[in-house]
Amino acid sequence: MRFVDEYRDPAAARAIVARITSLGGDDHFKFMEICGGHTHTIYRHGIEHVLPPSIELVHGPGCPVCVIPMGRVDDAISLAKEPGVIFTSFGDMMRVPGSQGNLLKAKAEGADVRFVYSPLDALRIAVGNPGRQVVFFAVGFETTAPSTAVTLLQARARGISNFRVFSNHVTIVPPLKAILGSPDLRLDGFLGPGHVSTVIGQRPYGFVAEQYGKPLVTAGFEPLDILQAIAMLVAQIRDGRCEIENQYSRVVKEEGNPKALAVLAEVFELRSEFEWRGLGFIPGSALKLRPEFAEFDAELHYRLPGIRVPDPKACQCGEVLKGVIKPWECKVFGTACTPETPIGTCMVSSEGACAAYYNFGRMHREVAVTLGRTSPSPL
Amino acid sequence: MCLGIPGQLVEMSNTDEHLARADVSGVVRVINIGLLEDEALQLGDWVLIHVGFAISKIDEEEANLTLASLQSMGQAYDDEMAALRSSNAFR
Repeated sequence: MRFVDEYRDPAAARAIVARITSLGGDDHFKFMEICGGHTHTIYRHGIEHVLPPSIELVHGPGCPVCVIPMGRVDDAISLAKEPGVIFTSFGDMMRVPGSQGNLLKAKAEGADVRFVYSPLDALRIAVGNPGRQVVFFAVGFETTAPSTAVTLLQARARGISNFRVFSNHVTIVPPLKAILGSPDLRLDGFLGPGHVSTVIGQRPYGFVAEQYGKPLVTAGFEPLDILQAIAMLVAQIRDGRCEIENQYSRVVKEEGNPKALAVLAEVFELRSEFEWRGLGFIPGSALKLRPEFAEFDAELHYRLPGIRVPDPKACQCGEVLKGVIKPWECKVFGTACTPETPIGTCMVSSEGACAAYYNFGRMHREVAVTLGRTSPSPL
Repeated sequence: MCLGIPGQLVEMSNTDEHLARADVSGVVRVINIGLLEDEALQLGDWVLIHVGFAISKIDEEEANLTLASLQSMGQAYDDEMAALRSSNAFR
């Protein structure tokens, strides 16, 4: 219980763990946390080692950096190398490897690549450089996509003609369906994402309970939130219930953020399909600009390679993203693939399961091994 | 880029363009509050900020909890704050 002492309210944490232990009994439950922020909290606070052995956590595909396939990174680099283009990106994407290097390498080779905190920063750069074309590398789930949408609405309202968006926005529900339909994974329930749900609300998850008979509890980001949500999942199963519940109701509303959903619908439409790293092509899982915004669409304005690039053979990000293997079970984890020299996307983002485990998990695991709670892993 | 950071509204800069100034851990920057226009935000309110946009109104207790939790993340939080400081939008 060493880690529990670091929590905000150790007594409350112990009480929740005791409840999970007593509800779980001798059975085994496998829950997937969808959100990369949760993955980070789980490793940072050693939650896996605080939980009784009856609970296994599987890390899902909810890190937008980790799910971008190599071919799209190659497209981004191609855009960055277009003459006259200023290519803007969130910092997280700069080190994501494409087949021929990453955006940092393109920058070192002379491309004008700039990192921005907000899509509004990219628009500002466009306003300040009227003789250049400014392309924004848009990534993220429904949490981030409304910001891109508002930025595009502003660009149109202000008549800014040298601003384009390379949209790689993705949606959370289709990959959940893909995972639930996958034969190699048996899950007993989900921890629902916190911030995505502030936008989309709770209703889109209804199918998880109705069609697949699995409970889902949307959770906050504190260790206590995650423990509480796990207790709610086990309690549902013990009660014979299967519902979509909200542990994070202090931030997430049932209906989400209607204004954000409205701007999303105004600016974006669903792609027929989109490739996800490790999960393959998933129908209706990503957003592209509506025809009314065609003048801002980098994919229509530039010729992109658009070549599908398979993941490196040694990299098992796909299995990690589907929760089929743990990060440390990947052949290159911690040896050829580290946060400094990542082969796969899961090692790039601090919210990727591999980076989170590399930074925090190994230490906790070593402690757990000495406590005899789990068997040593071949690191 | 994936982190939501709490900020407290200290000035309504431009209501037409939905801009406000928010204090984020001592750094004051302009944010867009248009996604929360139904919330009738007031000075002193706390919001969760994501890539320069307020996406959710929160109370002070939640803001403090979130901030403490973010600070415990170490490098990821430092990177996010550095990005926020470097942001040039509407400054």
